[in-house]
Amino acid sequence: MALDSKIPSGPLGEKWSRYKSSVKLVNPANKKKIDIIVIGTGLAGASAAASLGELGYKVKAFCFQDSARRAHSIAAQGGINAAKNYRNDGDSVYRLFYDTIKGGDYRSREGNVHRLAEVSVNIIDQCVAQGVPFAREYSGLLDNRSFGGVQVSRTFYARGQTGQQLLLGAYSALNRQVKEKSVELFTRHEMVEVVIENGKARGVIVRDLVTGEIQRHAAHAVVLATGGYGNVFFLSTNAMGCNTTAIWKAHKKGAFFGNPCFTQIHPTCIPVHGEYQSKLTLMSESLRNDGRVWVSKSKGDKRKPQDIPEEERDYYLERKYPSFGNLVPRDIASRAAKEACDDGRGVGETGMAVYLDFADAIKKYGKDTISARYGNLFEMYEKITGEDPYTTPMMIYPAVHYTMGGLWVDYNLMTNVPGMYATGECNFSDHGANRLGASALMQGLADGYFVLPYTIGDYLSGEILTGKIKSDSPAFDEAEKNVREQIEKLMNIKGTKSVDYYHRKLGKVMWDKCGMARNAKGLTEAIEEIKRIKTEFWSDVKIPGTANELNPELEKAIRVADFIELGELMCRDALHREESCGGHFRSEFQTPDGEALRNDDKFAYVGAWEYKSENQPQELHKEELVFESVHLTQRSYK
Amino acid sequence: MRLTLKVWRQKNKSDKGGFETYQLNNVDTHASFLEMMDVLNEQLVNENKIPVAFDHDCREGICGACSMVINGRPHGPLKGTTTCQLHMRHFHDGETVTIEPFRANAFPVLKDLVVDRSSFERIQQAGGYISVGTGSAPEANNIPVNKVDAEKAFDSAACIGCGACVAACKNGSAMLFVGAKVSQYALLPQGHPERNERVLNMVAVMDEEGFGGCTNTGACEAECPKEISVANIMRLNREYISAKLSVEKE
Ligand SMILES: Cc1cc2nc3c(=O)[nH]c(=O)nc-3n(C[C@H](O)[C@H](O)[C@H](O)COP(=O)(O)OP(=O)(O)OC[C@H]3O[C@@H](n4cnc5c(N)ncnc54)[C@H](O)[C@@H]3O)c2cc1C
Ligand code: SF4
Ligand code: FES
Repeated sequence: MALDSKIPSGPLGEKWSRYKSSVKLVNPANKKKIDIIVIGTGLAGASAAASLGELGYKVKAFCFQDSARRAHSIAAQGGINAAKNYRNDGDSVYRLFYDTIKGGDYRSREGNVHRLAEVSVNIIDQCVAQGVPFAREYSGLLDNRSFGGVQVSRTFYARGQTGQQLLLGAYSALNRQVKEKSVELFTRHEMVEVVIENGKARGVIVRDLVTGEIQRHAAHAVVLATGGYGNVFFLSTNAMGCNTTAIWKAHKKGAFFGNPCFTQIHPTCIPVHGEYQSKLTLMSESLRNDGRVWVSKSKGDKRKPQDIPEEERDYYLERKYPSFGNLVPRDIASRAAKEACDDGRGVGETGMAVYLDFADAIKKYGKDTISARYGNLFEMYEKITGEDPYTTPMMIYPAVHYTMGGLWVDYNLMTNVPGMYATGECNFSDHGANRLGASALMQGLADGYFVLPYTIGDYLSGEILTGKIKSDSPAFDEAEKNVREQIEKLMNIKGTKSVDYYHRKLGKVMWDKCGMARNAKGLTEAIEEIKRIKTEFWSDVKIPGTANELNPELEKAIRVADFIELGELMCRDALHREESCGGHFRSEFQTPDGEALRNDDKFAYVGAWEYKSENQPQELHKEELVFESVHLTQRSYK
Repeated sequence: MRLTLKVWRQKNKSDKGGFETYQLNNVDTHASFLEMMDVLNEQLVNENKIPVAFDHDCREGICGACSMVINGRPHGPLKGTTTCQLHMRHFHDGETVTIEPFRANAFPVLKDLVVDRSSFERIQQAGGYISVGTGSAPEANNIPVNKVDAEKAFDSAACIGCGACVAACKNGSAMLFVGAKVSQYALLPQGHPERNERVLNMVAVMDEEGFGGCTNTGACEAECPKEISVANIMRLNREYISAKLSVEKE
């Protein structure tokens, strides 16, 4: 099947404005007759639901938490990019576009990324007007900081809680529409199936998490904004509830899955410290603005950091990448930490950590300045580890953080299933093989506020004569039946091991064999191991209680069942991509000095996988990436 | 270390509920409180018992989902700390720990430690926003905001909507939560055009939802994991009175 990305023609800088002036519109009277379902109330979902509600569509929004405000976006710390060029330091829409394409190691679409950079400036305007308390200077104007992989200062922030403040802004816009009755909100509801009728997305099946009731909801379009799937690794920086269920169910109903193996491993996280551990905590990348990363020059050095003299320290990022230093992109910083630890120079009890040291910055700017910049992060670190980063260097290690892969979408953010959209982290679109810091918040809000409200009209203008979608059709019967059968099957296994047991087991395989470095042998083994985990899970998982009540074990089981299947696809994707690019590092393909070695002749495409059936592997489709504006080069941050 | 846990168990909204006692023999002092609860639940699953239901998601102290009363205090003994950020090194070997849900008239228990906080949502829907449609915003730097005011607005906006303030208050009052939102917008120029309707509407719903009145005990501030100041309640009162007066004048 040919994948049509529907990128508008014309010069790069004019594509989006031309598109906007020619896209089909739905008139206000007709919008009232159109129902849209939005799954997810994170930045991508809340902004979309609110904006579509404002336009006059009838929107239903769903989330599994008890409040829309608790979506995982709330946890983002560092900031949001925008090409405002308030610093006069040479930033521009083109530069943000270029940095993003290059940062993504040339595996994203030019057209989408340029649009993202264009609308970035509107996002800041919108958020400020909503009352988002961004950091300001004494002049009263907005402040900026810089982030990894770029040489300009274009990141807007609200202390170390940027995601929280942006989400509360989107949440307030959503609340306003709830009051206006243009949006109906369903909290503690989990989507467990999509409904496709005559090839079009027509609704969803959801489970009320309090009562266990299975419900049908019908609409003219379904927007998935359900976030990333990093929890396939069990341990990640994602919130506990982050899952793949919504997009996986969509995938099994026909939506192609784009670049599933592109995972971002974030370099600055608190290292793993015990068996009981349930998640990993990110220390914002903004810390690398002032913190210096180092390990000892000698192997197995067990001295305290204070006792290691300056000349015996290896500030390896500054040494290897003099022009970007501690601010190299995430994939590079993560791999360098792994190399140092693999070389026996890791620090701390486990040897799986490196130092992030603020001593020099404190000397230079004073403790107060550092505290104003990172106070809450330092506090968080101390709460978790019991150590004070003002006096002892932080210990950090890479952890799974973000998934660049996701449902394949075209320029309209529509999947290959008509009427089904994917926005925010759950689509594959803008970050290629590696996302730059502070760009996920930008993408989520770009999609929801400024892209989808335009592009969805293109499809919905063809739906104004359809009339109300009915939820008593055979397609709904069938979808509901599937859900009931799956839940019944899970409840009836009555095996011996908990859901977490299987989740941990899957996570370990994924981290060991599909993590920071991958190779053909490991990936081939992983595929077999995951198949065995799947068989075991479906014959021996134990879920206490019943399906007709609040049952967190059942919720987890439904999610883990999907993670297992996704894990296998991720390994297959990683195995087929015989090159290294961004976060995807195949140890067989590297330059002599250990950098990722791309193969543009063979792999400059999006790998989009089509689901076949339970016993038949997915089929690969390719969307060739066409680069008209940028010249593909080996990324260099030296 | 070894712990004895007295945990509130309640099947559903209508069940009366009561405490159950559990023994944990091998708790790691580095584990977080919720990781300790995970270990308990894993043990219960293995013993063919029903695990304890509790709300949680981010486990980083920011989403506001976690909500336990630990030894009589919402979010436990540590100041400025959510349940999920509390670590077991703050408990001692052999201790008995009592764990209950956030209790308040406006927060009915759904199951075990999970409560229904949708009353908070309805307060926010009544006016917790600035009415700016997507696309209608002016250039961001056209609205300069004094740095001190911006910082203060941030301090108020840092509320995570957990409800500990309500659970801590003998009257079950939501004044700190509402005060934080009203203050954020009152401190910013963007919030001024709607300040009167906002405070009147939010307070009206707060009363309808069955939250109690404020008698200035300060328990809310003391237990708030984000250390939201009672100054927000004073500002709420001031905003409310001034809104009432200006509505009367009209
Ligand atoms: C610790 C951390 C820090 C970060 N910091 C930054 C940063 O500084 N800058 C940056 O740009 N990015 C950052 N990121 C990345 C960024 O936060 C996320 O990529 C982004 O917030 C995702 O937004 P989203 O709207 O796509 O999804 P989410 O915010 O994850 O929202 C998903 C929504 O979908 C709902 N949902 C999911 N599944 C279902 C289902 N089956 N049924 C019903 N509802 C469902 C959830 O309830 C939720 O409402 C960070 C990420 C982490 C983990
Ligand atoms: S004011 Fe404090 S205690 Fe109350 S909801 Fe907000 S963060 Fe929680
Ligand atoms: S789990 Fe999110 S604040 Fe505790």
